[in-house]
Amino acid sequence: MAKNLVIIGAGMASGRFLEELLDGEGAGGDWNVTLFGAEPHGNYNRIMLSPVLAGEIDFAETVTHDADWYRAHGVTCRFGETVTHIDRAGRRVIGARGAVPYDRLVIATGSSSVRIPIQGNDLPGVVGFRDLSDVEAMLEVARRPGTRAVVIGGGLLGLEAAAALRARGMEVRVLHLMGHLMERQLDASAAYLLQKELEGRGIRVQCNAHSQAILGKGRVEAVLTEDGALHPADLVVMAAGIRPETRLAVDAGLRVERGIVVDDRMQTSDPAILALGECAEHDGVSYGLVAPLYDMARVAARALNGEAAAFAAPVISTRLKVSGVDLFSAGEIEAGDGAEEIVFRDPAWGVYKKLVLRDDRIAGILMYGDVADSAWFFEKLKSGESIAEMRDVLILGPAGHGAGIDPLAAVAAMPAEAEICGCNGVCKGEIVAAIEAGASDPAAIRAATGASGSCGGCAGLVEQVLAVTLGDQYDAAAAVAPAGICPCTDLGHDEIRRIIRARELKSIPAVMQEAGWKTSCGCHICRPALNYYLMAEWPLEYRDDPQSRFVNERNHANIQKDGTYSVVPRMWGGITTPAELRAIADAAEKYDVPTIHVTGGQRIDLLGVRREDLPDIWADLNAAGLVSGHAYAKGLRTVKTCVGANYCRFGTQDSTGLGIRLEKILWGSWTPHKVKLAVSGCPRNCAEATCKDVGIVCTEAGYEIGVAGAAGMEVKKTEPLAKTADEQEAIDLAVAFIQLYRENARYGERPHKWVGRVGMDWVRARVVDDAENRAALVARFELSQSVYRTDPWAEQARPEMRPRKWAPLADLTMEAAQ
Amino acid sequence: MTDWIDIAALDDIPPRGARVVQTAAGCVALFRTHDDRVFALDDRCPHKGGPLSEGIVHGTAVTCPLHNRVIDLASGEAQGADQGRVATHAVRLEAGRILLDARALKARPAA
Repeated sequence: MAKNLVIIGAGMASGRFLEELLDGEGAGGDWNVTLFGAEPHGNYNRIMLSPVLAGEIDFAETVTHDADWYRAHGVTCRFGETVTHIDRAGRRVIGARGAVPYDRLVIATGSSSVRIPIQGNDLPGVVGFRDLSDVEAMLEVARRPGTRAVVIGGGLLGLEAAAALRARGMEVRVLHLMGHLMERQLDASAAYLLQKELEGRGIRVQCNAHSQAILGKGRVEAVLTEDGALHPADLVVMAAGIRPETRLAVDAGLRVERGIVVDDRMQTSDPAILALGECAEHDGVSYGLVAPLYDMARVAARALNGEAAAFAAPVISTRLKVSGVDLFSAGEIEAGDGAEEIVFRDPAWGVYKKLVLRDDRIAGILMYGDVADSAWFFEKLKSGESIAEMRDVLILGPAGHGAGIDPLAAVAAMPAEAEICGCNGVCKGEIVAAIEAGASDPAAIRAATGASGSCGGCAGLVEQVLAVTLGDQYDAAAAVAPAGICPCTDLGHDEIRRIIRARELKSIPAVMQEAGWKTSCGCHICRPALNYYLMAEWPLEYRDDPQSRFVNERNHANIQKDGTYSVVPRMWGGITTPAELRAIADAAEKYDVPTIHVTGGQRIDLLGVRREDLPDIWADLNAAGLVSGHAYAKGLRTVKTCVGANYCRFGTQDSTGLGIRLEKILWGSWTPHKVKLAVSGCPRNCAEATCKDVGIVCTEAGYEIGVAGAAGMEVKKTEPLAKTADEQEAIDLAVAFIQLYRENARYGERPHKWVGRVGMDWVRARVVDDAENRAALVARFELSQSVYRTDPWAEQARPEMRPRKWAPLADLTMEAAQ
Repeated sequence: MTDWIDIAALDDIPPRGARVVQTAAGCVALFRTHDDRVFALDDRCPHKGGPLSEGIVHGTAVTCPLHNRVIDLASGEAQGADQGRVATHAVRLEAGRILLDARALKARPAA
């Protein structure tokens, strides 16, 4: 006699399950099947909802099982009917239109969109992206011209929705909570390329976006984010994750964790009941991608028909279903715990490939822009075969492997018309011709052909062409290109700055991709440099990255050898007041400051301050009007002065006043290395201005501005920049010089080193002789200062910063003592 | 035997950053990598005792803020030519929460 089988849920997993059960190899059981579905239609390919939304296909094309199929297989359909509960004792499923008895029950209720718990999340116009009704709700808005959508969530689903709505002509903005898109499948480099592609399509993407509320009267009108920005919206798509739909199972008393817990044969805690699909949890994991769900369907069908089958946690791969975006991700996407990575970037083509290797086996694959070899890599990942033999050429895929182990052989085999330098369109033949005409090193080839002159990504390839062409005459040591700033890159500081400017790169991942970084997230050498270059180049657009700052600049104090800090408040031009001194003395006592030292920069250094006291001591100093002296910064440090014409019988000008004015203009600015100034009121030079980065010596005739002095490991007198009778012009000259330094020096290079490299004539031509250029430099400095002329201590001492940064995460001292 | 205790949310640590947990035997630094993995190490560089939690985090390594020793977060070993090893501690990430094994922490010798 046929047994009663009831299935709750008519999604993709249950559709495949029905096929496996009734049509598949293991078919043969005698089942009387009833299929409940909450949606008014039968099984369809939910994955294809993205192309439906984008208008690439019709819904009809997604239907996997029609009425004829159900009829032919004797499946009783109860579509559009909600199951209210499961009566386990009576072995009945209670639907809205009556009960159905079961011998075996399959729960395949799928998942639902997580509605993030913020105000307005239930307003009309807020939709998830799970089923056809969601798509219809979105299309209803998208059909009206000039409508705007905000997608909350930059994961797979959110981005598919965003791309589809954009294709429908909507204005689309994606708000993503995390630091980069699809953070579960992509690293920052791949996510950068994806974001660039989406932005190229007119989709605005905002990461680190905390949605705070959805606003609207009777219908959604805007989304408010934590930064106070209001994003107008006629439609809000919630794509902040999915949650297994487990209500029926919970009510029925089945074991449920995140999903309905099942064993290897999809059986729940009740032997009569199976669960499969997104609602199920196997070995602590719920799956949201279709491949493992199909596996579950196969296992469940065999189990019901009494055959051997077991579900094993699969290796999952991800692709994004946005046409024109090639992206593949599988396994470990980051190299950690003893794993290593091979990174390949082709900046010109927007290609990024990364393999994570563990014990000579592929443990992870990440590909963007060119996924042609993904299947080949994925096969190797799944089989776990050793790749030790082909490691050197592995990243080139099957083609590279076929060419043999020697990369030079691959280069030798390239035809003459093969492009080597994508930026400048230089092919192998042109480079060979240049070599035969006498170019014997990469620099000469660059000069002759332009190859590797732009992004530099092909420098290695150029060298290989050189080696292949010259054969025995090739001198590798002589040909070595200038070393990169760190092992992450072959590029020097100047090339990096040029690329940032020329390509308008505005984030660290952008630079790393476009300049072909060899690591995925840089190191302690390149990251601070990139952070500075980006900040200097794009003061308004780029946001400082504290995690790419050296400790002192991140904590706005100087770390000492015992882990305590020194605190140096600013004393403008070296001038202070009794009230300031009292505040400093009070703070020193209150926080048990062991050492107070007067610095050479005319201010007071409080040494030995505990980290946790920093925000408090700053708040106290702020209350007395004192701000950060940036004694820790690659930035403006001090402007030392003498008392000048105000008191000194030899003083010629108001050197103190000029010093204060300069310091008020310059403070807070970040520079390639520290910058110190001084203003002396007469040639006796009590402020020691002639060994500073910028030193002004006042005379009866006005101001003599010298630059590029030094009094550190090297001692060097300043070189004269200009003389002027006008104080404002003296200020402009100093500011313009510092801006020129900010824009051109290498990170970590003091002004005297930089000037030694570029020459005083070069500097004078830009700062002194060309008044228009000087004004432009001053204007650019001012623009930057509109952002950075601010007290970091006040910012860091805000109450909300304490739990976020300064307090320990937890204090277990008491627990451990028990 | 382990005794997992909830310390904080993952988001309490900035990506490529660190925070500390105070224990009777000195601070333990919790690191969050750019791909949201968490590691727990003693907050003392084996070289001169620098606070590793204040270093720059890159890949699965941190550079000590005092003298640029690079420490592998997974093994605690100094990388490159440098010698030394930092104690690592069991840490788990569950549903966005960071858990430490209190029992193992208690068993640590006081510094």
